[in-house]
Amino acid sequence: MARFVANGFHRMDAIVPADLNEEAIGIFEAGLPGVPYGTPVEQAYEPGSFTRRLLEIPAIAGAVRSLVGADPTVDHHAIHIREPHEGSAQPLHGDAIIDTRIDAFDVQLMYYPQEVTGTMGGTLSVPGSHLRRTNESDTGRYQNLRGQTRLTCPPGTVVLLHHGIWHGGRRNDSDIRRYMYKIRFNPTVPQVRTWDVSDLDDPQVAAELNRYFPWCEHATGRLEIYNRVMMWRALTNNPQFDVEYWATRVANRPGRV
Amino acid sequence: MKQQVLVLYLNTSALDSEVLAWAFYDGTGKTNPTTGDSDLPPYDSGTEALRDGWRLFQAAQLIPPYPGHEYQTSFLKHEFWFEKLE
Repeated sequence: MARFVANGFHRMDAIVPADLNEEAIGIFEAGLPGVPYGTPVEQAYEPGSFTRRLLEIPAIAGAVRSLVGADPTVDHHAIHIREPHEGSAQPLHGDAIIDTRIDAFDVQLMYYPQEVTGTMGGTLSVPGSHLRRTNESDTGRYQNLRGQTRLTCPPGTVVLLHHGIWHGGRRNDSDIRRYMYKIRFNPTVPQVRTWDVSDLDDPQVAAELNRYFPWCEHATGRLEIYNRVMMWRALTNNPQFDVEYWATRVANRPGRV
Repeated sequence: MKQQVLVLYLNTSALDSEVLAWAFYDGTGKTNPTTGDSDLPPYDSGTEALRDGWRLFQAAQLIPPYPGHEYQTSFLKHEFWFEKLE
């Protein structure tokens, strides 16, 4: 979880079995009916349906529950297709609108049923960008950033993203249609200790949160850590937690209320 | 004359600091740059771009944080615009 708070994503390569991946292409070609905003997952997807089977894969079910907690609702879902040689990429953006929540977050599942090679326009994303307060495609001016991820992956890969991550579909320069299925989940319970918290005192937690990213100004990188500390305090209900004394130092006002 | 525009995002407000992000727009039509088309920056610093003939025409101002929002992060801060004319 600490790594997710720092990176803004959790990636699982080839987690979906081959038979489901093969089935997915036909389903995506035919299209999926829309889901009304805020529908509980169990109501959105019938038992035995493609999406329900996808979400019941233990590693996916466990990761989604750890991140958003029990009984999430489906915000919306969509099939994204990058056509061969379509000519341009999406501008770098965050989905929906600017979202300033620090003590709650939505999770976006991105599922890639086929192998994505370097020329197929795999999703561009910027690790650690999710706590930057920007609105949708106002970041479209940025074409490339050091340390960005230009996704290539084996079939059946799933990435779970914090709602704020900067991303965009890249230009598909190949001869192959590239498919991605996205589902946005909303929490319905407080996102407090929703995962296995038996190792909260492990020093690796602070080490993960203390990460600097190559695209981020060094000075602003310290503020990113401060904001991760605030998020971690909310997720663990521990108002004393800190990394390198960043949050404690600037709140120290002896004798003041 | 046609304009090529290079935007560099640097690590600090100093023009000789490291390039962290970049964008390129080509008015000559010779290239078709787009989002996510490269993992390597064209230059390591702003001054390296100057040495290669790029003319600086705009630099980001240093704006203090809004009171009460000192710890919030948003856009990349140190944006420098360069041009070449062909």
